[in-house]
Amino acid sequence: MSEVKDKVIAIIAEQAVLEPTDVSMESTLEDLGIDSLGLVESIFAIEEAFDINVPFNANEPEASDFDITDVASIIAGVEKLVAEQNS
Amino acid sequence: MKRVVITGAGTINALGHNVSETLEAFREGRCGIDQLDVRDADRLSVTIGAQVKNFSSEGLFNRQQMALYDRFTQFALVAAREAIAQSGLTFAGDLANRTGAILGNSGGGMTTIDDNYRSVYEEGKNRVHPFVVPKLMNNAAASHVSMEFNLKGPTFTVSSACASSNHAMAQAFQMVHTGMAPAMVTGGSESMLCFGGVKAWEGMRVMSKSACRPFSANRNGMVQGEGAGIFVFEEYEHARDRGAEILAEVVGYALTSDASDIVMPSKQGAARAISGAMHFAGINPDQVGYINAHGTGTAANDKTESAAVADVFGPHADTVMISSTKSMHGHLIGATGAVELLACIMAVRDGIIAPTIGYEEPDPECALDVVPNAAREAKVEYALSNAFAFGGLNAVLALRRI
Repeated sequence: MSEVKDKVIAIIAEQAVLEPTDVSMESTLEDLGIDSLGLVESIFAIEEAFDINVPFNANEPEASDFDITDVASIIAGVEKLVAEQNS
Repeated sequence: MKRVVITGAGTINALGHNVSETLEAFREGRCGIDQLDVRDADRLSVTIGAQVKNFSSEGLFNRQQMALYDRFTQFALVAAREAIAQSGLTFAGDLANRTGAILGNSGGGMTTIDDNYRSVYEEGKNRVHPFVVPKLMNNAAASHVSMEFNLKGPTFTVSSACASSNHAMAQAFQMVHTGMAPAMVTGGSESMLCFGGVKAWEGMRVMSKSACRPFSANRNGMVQGEGAGIFVFEEYEHARDRGAEILAEVVGYALTSDASDIVMPSKQGAARAISGAMHFAGINPDQVGYINAHGTGTAANDKTESAAVADVFGPHADTVMISSTKSMHGHLIGATGAVELLACIMAVRDGIIAPTIGYEEPDPECALDVVPNAAREAKVEYALSNAFAFGGLNAVLALRRI
């Protein structure tokens, strides 16, 4: 699953205008300077990269199964969606 | 400066095909939001909207007109016919030369664009109908209104997303106020409820899949609507001298830009527009009885708007009534302020406050009297209508009972 991790980090790094090495698993999107528009853009890029649908409504981010607390939780969420799609 | 009054109103929207049906729905707190009936709806993830139902061009327009009018133009004409008939004005001579039509619109002929993109991209056709451009252009509705009613004065379309109608009506007000025009036809129309229109909004991830619940703690986004609202703004003495029925007086407006973010609203920008409109009208917060909120039902708008109202109104924020009729007719984007002005007219003229329906849970960040779920009777001297658009463009109008 490290391929998922690398791709998600690359997407987030691009959004944050950082090097992938500057994105740690504990980073929050806020830490990285990604605002609400950057968040929906990142989610769109993730959906396109993995051909998945991320359940995310900007009005109630906490209500969705997709946890955006930090980079690690986002990667875990993507891994789960990719696994569900392949199953 | 001239006083400006409203002598005609017309609408078509999900709640009704005219003003009386719409006001009845406001009084009853009826919801016009339902499952979307559009082509390829199975490929949409947002499947609800406030569509105009049982609308047919047959009998309203002749065959040539139908070929030339996108849905948003048809809505504008239907509403303009009602408004101008109510005003009793006929446009000829000097009155025709000086009266124009300024309408708000955001998406243009979205249905025309959608259909023709399908034709060339999906079906691979290399030829489109000759009227595609005159149908889809944003000024089509204003131009056809001017043609049908012989309005030869200043006529154009204002596009400022969700504030388009309020900006348009502010501009029309200013023209009558300064004496440039004896009357103006104004308002807005919109029809974005087609596959491409809804799909574009889906991408923002701010749309609700269930309902529009403005100010409610469990709100989860906006719901799109469609339709038009059209008014006749007329110089007061011109209206009085001919014995016209006056629905309300327009007493002020303010326009501001947040100059900060393309989608996130700003409390300061909204507050400056609200206080600016009251300043223009020469009134204090305690004289305002009702505010028709922008109230989109998104997390961001409703808390920002509530904070702006609380800032501007101070202690009176606890007593002013503020409701979002988008809970009933959806968000008509470039036409929304026009349809919402009807709720302000109903408040000052009829003393009935339209409710915010779908309200289920109080939100401490929206701690205002949002007139939850049921209409209310109240004597209102002044009413405000808020519109805060994507792009940070804000326009607030002030009405007075007459």
